Amino acid sequence: MRVSSRRVRAIFRKELRDYRHNGFIVWTMAIFPLIFLIQPLVVVFALPASASAELSHGHLLLYLLGIPAIVPAAVAAYAVVGERQQGTLEPVLTTPIRREEFLLAKALAALVPSLAIAYAVYALFLACVGLFAQPAVASALLQAPDLLTQLLFTPLVAGWSIWVGIAISARASDFRVAQQLGILASLPTAVVAALIAFNVIHATLALAIGLAAALLLGNRLGWRIMAASFDRERLITCTK
Amino acid sequence: MEEDGWTRPSSAGDSGPPALLVEQLSKRFGDRIAFDDVSFAVGHGEVFGFLGPNGAGKTTMVRTLGTLLAPSAGAAFVGGIPLAPDNGVEIRRRIAIMPESPGLYLRQSVAENLQCFADLYEVPDPTDRVRRVLRAVNLIDRAHDACSTLSRGLRQRVALARALLNDPQLLFLDEPTAGLDPVAARDVHQLITALSQRGVTIFLTTHRLEEAERLCDRVAILNTTLRTIGRPDELRERLFARTLTVRTRVALPDADRVLAGLPAVDGWRQDGPATYVITVSEHAVAAPAVTRALVAAGADVLSVSQSHHSLEDVYLELIDQDEEAGQE
Repeated sequence: MRVSSRRVRAIFRKELRDYRHNGFIVWTMAIFPLIFLIQPLVVVFALPASASAELSHGHLLLYLLGIPAIVPAAVAAYAVVGERQQGTLEPVLTTPIRREEFLLAKALAALVPSLAIAYAVYALFLACVGLFAQPAVASALLQAPDLLTQLLFTPLVAGWSIWVGIAISARASDFRVAQQLGILASLPTAVVAALIAFNVIHATLALAIGLAAALLLGNRLGWRIMAASFDRERLITCTK
Repeated sequence: MEEDGWTRPSSAGDSGPPALLVEQLSKRFGDRIAFDDVSFAVGHGEVFGFLGPNGAGKTTMVRTLGTLLAPSAGAAFVGGIPLAPDNGVEIRRRIAIMPESPGLYLRQSVAENLQCFADLYEVPDPTDRVRRVLRAVNLIDRAHDACSTLSRGLRQRVALARALLNDPQLLFLDEPTAGLDPVAARDVHQLITALSQRGVTIFLTTHRLEEAERLCDRVAILNTTLRTIGRPDELRERLFARTLTVRTRVALPDADRVLAGLPAVDGWRQDGPATYVITVSEHAVAAPAVTRALVAAGADVLSVSQSHHSLEDVYLELIDQDEEAGQE
């Protein structure tokens, strides 16, 4: 099967234009990152220098992986049900676009802004910690392996959340319901990240590789499974 | 409406398979039958009207032929390609569907909407193509307006422009003039005629029977099953007897003596005190003969008129027959 990059780009660009004018999406993209940014910053700023020893054993930075877990799911929840609610799904599906192309474009359109937001929030977090936290606390927090994990896992986690969000979007009949379910379904990923961050689950290289492999596989399967189960008839007629 | 938004050379009269061939096609949703055992063929460059009451299965037929829905039984060839899941992309490349609801991205401009679809169809030089189709539907001056600011009629025209983007061989128009004012509807009619003259096959579903009568080479009437198909004049003749209506100043004393045995007259009945409905086999032969006979009998003839049945009469007659059959 040949994937047409032009058709993928067409939907991708259209989605980004649509997001800009959709207050609900913009609000979603803003509010969750803020929640994940402010809470840890408050905690970190309040920590005395003596807490640095304890911090160096944890991976607090990974708490921010909650952003790529939740934001893309909330955005991707709009992907299919949003088109249905606007009445635009039928005209799109009558073009030569393949379902794989349609889904890939929708996933990329959720992934790119989510990654941009997630990385921007990390950068802001690091800048704030570097500038305003106790130097000992900052050096305990900013560990190279954690930063690397953060960078590498962000797209993997986001990808998984997106396929979950799109799967829900293809089944839902209302965008808000789809968004709530998408956020709910992405919570386990965020919880695992938080448990690792707070050292409840002990982080090891083997665990990281295992999780990365699972997420990679999940992302690959997510696209294929979604494409296989993407039923034009059900989406157009709501009869099945 | 300008015509240079369309570049396909005329292919009317092309030999080869029909533009659309439907053979015993059925579609069911569980126990509910949308349409059943429908067969017809549409030639290249033909404007084919598809009529029927609400719920008759017209839109489902369009969606099925447009590869959005899988048929439950039967076969079809769209643009010469068998209707099968593997051929969906190839069929959709050659056709365009204008659904009843325009389905535009309202937050985006007219040009942005069309640009997106031009890319989905992978048309060469999309910017130029968008400009041409906008000119074809007289919307070039609204290209940069958000679709949400357009009236229903203008949105319908944008949807029509969108359906022209890929230069389709076969264009499905589902109620294209619904919600349009008479001037805009006339423009759409002119565009349909122009497209047909350029060899585009048009499959038109409509509730406007006068529209179908004016535009369509042939029409089919669907009410779950195909009730009839043919040219509008054929359908009239098939369904209604040819009659002459004669009005005289006073009743004829012995009408049977005057009217019986005249050439091309098959029978007659009185329809009012001095009105006679005469069943004829050929208007052109019967009308002068009847007039001469009436004058010879000393009758004061007020009028001799040929009966006229519209497509609406045909449609209503068939649907009434279905309703009566359903009640029985």
